[in-house]
Amino acid sequence: MKKFNQKIRYDFSIIENWTHANSKVLDLGCGDGSLLNYLKFKKNIKGFGIEKNPDNWLLSLKNNIDVIQMDLESGLAGFETNSFDLVVLSRTIQSMRNVEDIIHEMLRVGKEVVITFPNFGYWKNRLQILQGFMPVSKELPFKWFDTPNVHLCTIHDFDNFCKKNKIKINERLILTDKKSVNFYPNFFGALALYKLVSK
Amino acid sequence: MKEINSVGIVKPETFKCTDSIELSCGEKLDNYNLVYETYGKLNAAKDNAVLVCHALSGNQHVAGKYKKTDKYPGWWDNLVGPNKPLDTNKFFVIGINNLGGNEGSTGPKSINPKTKKIWGANFPIITVEDWVKTQKKLVNSLGIKKLSAVIGGSLGGMQALEWNLQFPNEVSNTIVIAAAPNLTAQNIAFNEVARQSIITDPDFKKGNFYLNKNKPKRGLRIARMLGHITYLSDDVMGSKFGRKIKNKKYLYNFSTEFEIESYLNYQGDKFASEFDANTYIRMTKALDYYDPTKKNRKKLSEVFKKIKSKFLVISFTSDWRFSPNRSKEMVKGLLANDVQVSYAEITAASGHDAFLMSDDHYHEIIKSYFKNMSISK
Repeated sequence: MKKFNQKIRYDFSIIENWTHANSKVLDLGCGDGSLLNYLKFKKNIKGFGIEKNPDNWLLSLKNNIDVIQMDLESGLAGFETNSFDLVVLSRTIQSMRNVEDIIHEMLRVGKEVVITFPNFGYWKNRLQILQGFMPVSKELPFKWFDTPNVHLCTIHDFDNFCKKNKIKINERLILTDKKSVNFYPNFFGALALYKLVSK
Repeated sequence: MKEINSVGIVKPETFKCTDSIELSCGEKLDNYNLVYETYGKLNAAKDNAVLVCHALSGNQHVAGKYKKTDKYPGWWDNLVGPNKPLDTNKFFVIGINNLGGNEGSTGPKSINPKTKKIWGANFPIITVEDWVKTQKKLVNSLGIKKLSAVIGGSLGGMQALEWNLQFPNEVSNTIVIAAAPNLTAQNIAFNEVARQSIITDPDFKKGNFYLNKNKPKRGLRIARMLGHITYLSDDVMGSKFGRKIKNKKYLYNFSTEFEIESYLNYQGDKFASEFDANTYIRMTKALDYYDPTKKNRKKLSEVFKKIKSKFLVISFTSDWRFSPNRSKEMVKGLLANDVQVSYAEITAASGHDAFLMSDDHYHEIIKSYFKNMSISK
């Protein structure tokens, strides 16, 4: 591959840093396949995508991604245990029904797992709620009536979830406007990125 | 699709194979003919060849017409042609009539060279494995060492899969559509009803009917009617025919009244006048026998270990004869072996027949997949 010609999202480089070279990566909800192609380009990974939406699925195929059309809500039944080095779920967890199931499935199939989600505890979200409205932001671009999001959570919520489910957090990075946030991240952070492994 | 994208007027050719073949059933054919057609040009590197495997009632006539006045073009003309999803400007496409087929390849209608009589009932049952062996002979005879792709739907999909099990080094891409790794009991059951309707037709004469005036059309007709019911979904039958009747009132007799009846009768009659009963019962047997898992003694993931080609697997939501779950079994086995596979489950109302229909999304998938295949200039 000569040049990377798909759109690069700013969180790609962080996921890149968390990806071992030449590893096998499964991207759940891979959209147009840009993350996988980015990781192929940068880290020479072997990538597979899962995508439910037919139009996105086709975009992935056109972008030379090996992509399986299936609904994540039914788990990862077709995938063998520990068959991937890394399983990624990027900005999708908040719209899933069976959050617990899919995280356990990811940890079953992948040796490591990356999950990213918009932090509902971000101060701009809190402010909009204080003002009496459901938050609408860059990370949460939907109105209350057309949102696919059903399981929004804060960074504290997710930390507790991992603790309760005996999931080890190997890496955690909180971002706002592409910059890392270390000061009260649950208040000042817009996007949360986690790298997890089973304990 | 406009006529412009047609491969135009085509002519079938005959490959006369003088190598003998040891068949799965134990019998041996000393030589045999295979009728085939090709579209597009084989490039200098001979790496742009695509083999199209046909299903139960298909043949070598994949695209184009034999003469301008032909009512219908080849059976997959909506997919194969210049600038079509399987683009004959880029690829050299081969259509073949399988051994035992109905269109001139050596089969039950042929003369047995040993007895100088029509084979009839004595023609052996040919399996998917046998077909692939003979297809390879044809492919090699054209100077092709490795297929750029092998593609097939339904029974054709089984052949595409089988290529990978017998000749894993000789195919680069495999497209398996509306198929299954083996048939379910329900599927075999339908085939048995079809066979019984043919075998019990008084005109069938145990398969030796060729010199008789009456051919076993009744049996073939019923077999085809049954087939058509299972190739469509309940929904599409409902929307196409519903409870519509031809007359204003019920006639209270057994003439054809409902439109679905008249559709099935028409399809049955058409098929019975064109197709060979011996070929039909043998084709259904080939479907029933195919089973790379060898009665579940082996897991697909084990069987697929030798696969090297890339795969595109496609199923249709309303296909209940070869349901998406059966395709998923194959995908699972492929993934377990790190095979590069893409899988699409297309929302379609038409049932199993959807694989022959011209659906935009479906065709865009095939087109994109072929577009990404690299071949020598």
